[in-house]
Amino acid sequence: MATASIERSAERDVHAGRGQWRELWTRLRRKRLALISLAIIAVIYGAGLSAPLVAPYAYTEQNLDRALEGPTRDHWLGTDRLGRDMLSRAMYSARTTLIVTAAVLLTGSILIGNGLGMLAGYRGGWIDNAIMRVGEVVSSLPGIPMLILINAGLAPRAIEAARWLENHTPLSGLVASGFPSYLIVFAGLSLFSWIGTARLIRALVFQLRERDFIMAAEGLGAPGGRVVVRHILPNVAFLIVLQISSGLGAIAGSEIVLTWFGVGVQPPVPSFGAMLFDGSGARTFQSHPHVLLVPGVIVTLLLYAFVLLGDAINDAFAHR
Amino acid sequence: MTAYVIRRLLWLPIVLFAVSFLSFVIMRFGPGDPVTVAAGQYRDPEVLARIRAEKGLDDSLPVQYWRWVSAAARGDFGESILQRTFTVSELIFPKMWISAQLGIVALAIVFAVGIPLGLIAARLNGTWADPFIVSSLLFLQAIPVLVLIPPLLWLFALQFRILPVGGWGGLLDVYWVGGVIAIPIPDPHLYLPLLAYTIGGFAGVARLVRVTALEVTREDYIRTARAKGLPEATVLFRHILPNSLLPIVTSVGLALASVIEGAFFVETLLGIPGIGSFLFEAARSRDYDTIMASTVIIATVFVIANLLVELTYGFIDPRVRVQASR
Repeated sequence: MATASIERSAERDVHAGRGQWRELWTRLRRKRLALISLAIIAVIYGAGLSAPLVAPYAYTEQNLDRALEGPTRDHWLGTDRLGRDMLSRAMYSARTTLIVTAAVLLTGSILIGNGLGMLAGYRGGWIDNAIMRVGEVVSSLPGIPMLILINAGLAPRAIEAARWLENHTPLSGLVASGFPSYLIVFAGLSLFSWIGTARLIRALVFQLRERDFIMAAEGLGAPGGRVVVRHILPNVAFLIVLQISSGLGAIAGSEIVLTWFGVGVQPPVPSFGAMLFDGSGARTFQSHPHVLLVPGVIVTLLLYAFVLLGDAINDAFAHR
Repeated sequence: MTAYVIRRLLWLPIVLFAVSFLSFVIMRFGPGDPVTVAAGQYRDPEVLARIRAEKGLDDSLPVQYWRWVSAAARGDFGESILQRTFTVSELIFPKMWISAQLGIVALAIVFAVGIPLGLIAARLNGTWADPFIVSSLLFLQAIPVLVLIPPLLWLFALQFRILPVGGWGGLLDVYWVGGVIAIPIPDPHLYLPLLAYTIGGFAGVARLVRVTALEVTREDYIRTARAKGLPEATVLFRHILPNSLLPIVTSVGLALASVIEGAFFVETLLGIPGIGSFLFEAARSRDYDTIMASTVIIATVFVIANLLVELTYGFIDPRVRVQASR
């Protein structure tokens, strides 16, 4: 549904010039909700970014004497069942969210999605057919079961591979940093996130290809790569922004869900998914509501902010 | 139209092949194999090797895959490792039925609530309530089921004690009044899962209906209908509603996807013995044949449902057929 309206606004925006970014910002600035959403996202991502510097405790630091305490002066958001500081855990979880969303967005949506979309749209013919057919198969697969399968099946292999790397190269601390599970989570999510972007970009490039300035560039003998980078890319850039705003929330949510299932980011690396799982019993909620509420409120705020921002950006593009 | 239907149907085996092959390869690529999982603590390498040879696990991957496909085509999905005395089919299909009942009721509620809500929201467009409604709908879509269920359970099952903590008791309970009149009442186990399933779904449908209804309202034929003095109810139900419903058909696919995905969390959190919680357990204990069968069956349902949606859409709107044939 969102796709349809994005595509519709995309048609209109083919005509937009370079001033589109400034105009988008002007429109967005007038929406109070969009600004609040941006602020929420900035605070949560900022907390994730600065976690190693600012977090009051290490995320693995246990204090079993003070397990499951509510908020106190030492632990502003209380402690979990192992006496770990919830505030620090939440900040490091935000870092996990930040890493996963950024990585998936960069590779899955932006690199693979845009790359394949532009390739399919610009080249057409059998390349287009092959890419779109593969995409159709991928998008016919049920996402969550396949992701669970991929993560359950491949995560141990990735950890083995990382161990091997640690033993045979000067690299160290790979496994401890949670790198292998990040890698699997993000590879799995990328596999499913490129197709939406590719479809949108392809449709837009198809229209662009017929336009005078592209034909002029080609007629003057510009090589395909130059046409794509200099002439097509700037014209699809705004669509990429739309994709970012609508895709980030979904990616963040998927990581949380996978980790909740125990097949995403592996402990002890913190994730909101693991934190939610700890607090998900009705009895736990009765006696220690903060164990669920701390990650729950943050996650809900973050996802809500993403949805609101996406809606506002969509509006800003549609009403020009 | 026939050519279109055939072309879409030809798509089905390709996708099923992709799902089953991918699942198969991924499962076998992981550490260990069905025999080591089944053996558990008991690890006499010679015995394991013999069982492996008997089960054909030493054959090449394509051969094993082919064996699985030909057995599955006859309805034989192998044996469960967790519950040894049962075949996978015996375990899966009763659970599928429970999930299907819940899912169908949930879908019905999503549209029964979402469509009127969207129309009301469209009517209120431009009033003070409009931004409030839209952001509330967005909020309902954003709040994760994982966060929502524990507080609901605590409130209704532990504080008020009016709903069971979890489990499954069928769709309807029949109460006999005076031994003569039967009154069917929805089973109390239903309320929480249905709430969890539908809350994001009806918000999504309502937003979609609101947007399309607003677009339709701006069309010339609506202005004409109003200009010629038709009563507002006729304009709404004869002109705006049918034209707004067209995009809803596509959203059935989206709603279905969200129900299937929701099944995993809702069933696991609320202890409903459906296919979602079953696959969750199977994935945790690496119950090979069970995982394969569940994934492939869920994918089949998903693909067939999407196909039906697409065909319906092509049937209603000829433009879709033309686009698809290009």
